Amino acid sequence: MISYFARAWIVARKDVAVERRSKETLNALVFFSLLLVFAFQFALGPDRERLAQATPGLLWLGFVLASLLGLGRTFLIERENDCWEALLLTPGDKSAIYVGKLAGNLLLMLAVGILLVALFTLFFNVNVFAGMPALALVMVLGTLGVASVGTLFAAMTANVRARELLFPVLLLPVLVPVLLATVKATEGALAGEPFGAYAHWLQLLAAADVIYLVAGLLTFDFILEG
Amino acid sequence: MTRVLGWLAAAGLVIGLVMAFVIAPREVTQGHVQRIMYVHVPTAWVAYLAFAVVFVASIVYLARRSATADRLAHASAEVGVVFTGVTIASGSIWGKPTWGTWWTWDARLTSVAILFIMYLGYLLLRGMIDERERGARYAAVLGIIAALDIPLVHFSVYWWRTLHQPPSLMKPGGASTMPAPIVAALLVNLAAFTLLYAYFVARRTRLLARQQQALA
Repeated sequence: MISYFARAWIVARKDVAVERRSKETLNALVFFSLLLVFAFQFALGPDRERLAQATPGLLWLGFVLASLLGLGRTFLIERENDCWEALLLTPGDKSAIYVGKLAGNLLLMLAVGILLVALFTLFFNVNVFAGMPALALVMVLGTLGVASVGTLFAAMTANVRARELLFPVLLLPVLVPVLLATVKATEGALAGEPFGAYAHWLQLLAAADVIYLVAGLLTFDFILEG
Repeated sequence: MTRVLGWLAAAGLVIGLVMAFVIAPREVTQGHVQRIMYVHVPTAWVAYLAFAVVFVASIVYLARRSATADRLAHASAEVGVVFTGVTIASGSIWGKPTWGTWWTWDARLTSVAILFIMYLGYLLLRGMIDERERGARYAAVLGIIAALDIPLVHFSVYWWRTLHQPPSLMKPGGASTMPAPIVAALLVNLAAFTLLYAYFVARRTRLLARQQQALA
């Protein structure tokens, strides 16, 4: 019998390989991120000051919207060719599958997050380099928070009627703390405030990550059975 | 048993109304409007109690797979959503004359509104799954995640902004500032609404059991 992490690694490697060959989700998300930048620009107008002020909120709103599209698909691929049954048949703790799926999603959403930051820098002329180390930390913690609940809820809604409707409806309210914390911390980082001024938001974000991750690991078994 | 609970709740509510309108004095600064508190605070308390019950019943369901725990979680979530709605509505009616607005993005208003949406989603998920056993499992997982999210929502929104008057009954480290008749009226209403909650949940649980019996 192979170890827990080996099994998680197999799931993650499989997902990354599928995504690398088809590029289905990533291509769509790149295009979607670009569209979002246009939509934000049209919604707020050309005023540079206003765009700069709204940047932290828009950045994370865009990220959450992209996650709703990207993460909701996590388990759809398993519905073809009876892959779902094969997942159920894997021996040992099922949460290894959760860890593997989460790792794949983290990679995908980190790529989208970096892309969004690059697009904002390019089109809205935001100077991200000043707050870079802090912004990177916010990005990692925020992505982990969104992806850990998102992966769990994606498994939950994969076999439910009106899946594409239910996934965002369930995920968005739960993600409110993550959204608030990332926006506030990004605001602080971009404004060049001292780290201590927004460290409490990062602490909240870290606490949320731990809670979601532990809850996901403990409850994933119950979602996959049957 | 359920019937006794119902009569107790009804009696409690009548006594609570009398206490709120006759015995409790008119509040000095806010006037009669303040009497909304006798509904607002108990419904908010019941809402949180209901979601705590959902949390515990969800854990019990996943551990023991008892259909009773599942029905209790379902019923409690329904009643909780209704009471959260009443809390928001009564707060709105209270807010208009005192704060001058129906709604404001104050910390506690926002976190209660998020709770409302979260548990509406919970009921939506239950409605979308026809298989009883799978629906119960998924709902239990969501019931646990939602409850764990409550403190996070509370903290984040609190840091985000706050305007709400501080709680007057259980102030951290200090005696209550309210005169005794007001406290008494509030406590009677708290008890009455808790009884009402228990009655609703008992009724709803039994109805759900009958439904499942009929469908089985």
